[in-house]
Amino acid sequence: MTGRPGGARPFPAAARVALADPQLRANLRNATGTIRDKRAAVVAEQPDWAQLRAAGAAIKDRVLRHLPELLEQFEHAATAAGATVHWAPDAAAANRIVADLVRAAGAREVVKVKSMATQEIGLNQALAAEGLAAYETDLAELIVQLGGDTPSHILVPAIHYNRTQIRDIFTDRMPGAPADLDDDPAALAEAARLHLRRRFLAAKVAVSGANFAIAETGTLVVLESEGNGRMCLTLPDTLISVVGVEKLLPAFTDLEVFLQLLPRSSTGERMNPYTSMWTGVHPGDGPRSVHVVLLDNGRSSVLADGTGRQALRCIRCSACLNVCPVYERVGGHAYGSVYPGPIGAILAPQLSGGTAYGSLPFASSLCGACADVCPVRIDIPEVLVHLRQSTVESTSAWFPPRGTGMRLLAWVMRDPRRYGAALRLAAFGGRVAATVLRRRVLHRLPWPGSRWTAARDAPLPAPEPFRDWWRRTGGAG
Amino acid sequence: MRIGLFITCVNDLVYPATGVAVTRILRGLGHTVEFPAGQTCCGQLHANSGYRRAALPLVHGFAAAFAGYDAVVSPSGSCVAMVREWYPRLVPDTAALAARVYELSELLVDVLGVTDLGARYPYRVTYHPTCHGLRVLRLGDRPLRLLRAVRDIELVDLPAAGECCGFGGTFALRNAEVSAAMLADKCGHVTGTGAGVLTAADNSCLAHIGGGLSRTRAAVRAVHYAQILAGTAGAP
Repeated sequence: MTGRPGGARPFPAAARVALADPQLRANLRNATGTIRDKRAAVVAEQPDWAQLRAAGAAIKDRVLRHLPELLEQFEHAATAAGATVHWAPDAAAANRIVADLVRAAGAREVVKVKSMATQEIGLNQALAAEGLAAYETDLAELIVQLGGDTPSHILVPAIHYNRTQIRDIFTDRMPGAPADLDDDPAALAEAARLHLRRRFLAAKVAVSGANFAIAETGTLVVLESEGNGRMCLTLPDTLISVVGVEKLLPAFTDLEVFLQLLPRSSTGERMNPYTSMWTGVHPGDGPRSVHVVLLDNGRSSVLADGTGRQALRCIRCSACLNVCPVYERVGGHAYGSVYPGPIGAILAPQLSGGTAYGSLPFASSLCGACADVCPVRIDIPEVLVHLRQSTVESTSAWFPPRGTGMRLLAWVMRDPRRYGAALRLAAFGGRVAATVLRRRVLHRLPWPGSRWTAARDAPLPAPEPFRDWWRRTGGAG
Repeated sequence: MRIGLFITCVNDLVYPATGVAVTRILRGLGHTVEFPAGQTCCGQLHANSGYRRAALPLVHGFAAAFAGYDAVVSPSGSCVAMVREWYPRLVPDTAALAARVYELSELLVDVLGVTDLGARYPYRVTYHPTCHGLRVLRLGDRPLRLLRAVRDIELVDLPAAGECCGFGGTFALRNAEVSAAMLADKCGHVTGTGAGVLTAADNSCLAHIGGGLSRTRAAVRAVHYAQILAGTAGAP
């Protein structure tokens, strides 16, 4: 997976930078709080939400079990409808295919519908390297692109900005922005609309992703809120869609489930404003050349992991980001991955296959809020623990010996007599410390306890362990 | 009923008074409570940190220590969640035993059908539903039902109660700064209630929040709800 420049920085270090930015904290708290409440309200009004989630998980699991057959079925149906299907084993192959298609269409620039798959493969940068310009048309993606920044949220890429910051980006960087632009949201949207309109009308090629790809019919589906997607999907002559292989649904009727799950989970709406569906080419209507790039980019290896594969159910709704107490405090950039938050912490390490995102599975308190809201019931804490295990078991360095403390502790705890002796020793230490310090809490501990005492007092062991009290009194003390 | 008490390592070492309270409550209801001396730690610390192999002997140790009991009770939502949700996945043979392991409020409310334990606690108290109790065990309002039956208690709602305090075991060390940011918000909510006592179903979370409160010299004491029910909690 293509990471960000500097994406190898471990999470704790990146988080430290984010935590030091009070404006970022405030922006995130406001934004995630608002979406969280909206989602909770529209989910609560759906009496069959539990069944919808179960159905969503079951359909996605079926897709993952029958992926090769369904992909062939999709290719066959899409091709029969006039689309051209391309297969991309990795990011480089997908970028190559798209760049060649753009050039073959005689274009130097493309307009883009918001797409995580093209973020994942770093398409904009790859096109730029070949002298081709990619213009984001989703408002938040536009803000991020103009600002020379990277998205920090799956659904709301500019969530880390407030409207004043956005106004400054527009007046500094957006061609044609009025010099006296104020930070009223309607004014900002209007300025972006006028800017984008020129892009839409000039573009010969559009690039999109897809929320769903229907195997039965060869149909692609995009859900969006702004209408920019509809413009991109209908105006240009050539449409290229980069679609992760896990985006498949077996049948058109499966949309019944997902068109209920996705908007409520992502934007907290009963239904998103625009749902576009297209099946190949229709003479006289929409693009005359339709291409689908089916992207693997690590997905096949994720599929081979019995516990980790549930991450491929993800429909990129971001509900897990919005409820995550860790995400809320550090934002998306700290994850160093295109996919941030809880889902990013299980997707990025798996898709990359290496150790590049090794700190992400540990960037969670395992509080479980993400699993509770996931519309396709991904047990994110289970996968986090599973990936921690892979990290621990794959790094068996001899020096310094990793996890010595943990293994020593397990050795002590394995034997009730050793364990009892250790408790007694600790209780003795606690009694001495309490006598010397004349208090029952510690303000400062040596490393690694210093990480605890930086912000919290630590309790001393009790003067007598529970087991000794029991042996002395028989539980009747 | 013959009940095995699983004290947990944190309580054994730091909070034995919570175990004393659990014993007093259950014996007061006429049940036999025993403390099998072969018990140590449930292994959650290791399993959740990725040391699954190191946790396995602890799983087997727990199974051996508690094999013969009608029910096993523990004053920790997190450790019970480890046993009930994770043991069967780690060692399938433990499934039958794991199903008989209860967090204290589950045993009292669901199995023994008791909510009023006759306690009195004339103080302002706020309750923090810990993550694993809330979202893994689905304790719901069981601890609160027990607390509401306490005479003269003034229970006040904790804002954003369901949000994690930032403890998360080794998370508090590995990502200490993020954990501290979560803790600061939790402490703010706790002190905002004006309560003199913070209570919960897990002493590890209480040690975390309590450690934050004591660092900021907040006048709030953290105490396990079993001690309130047993009448051994003392004044704020």
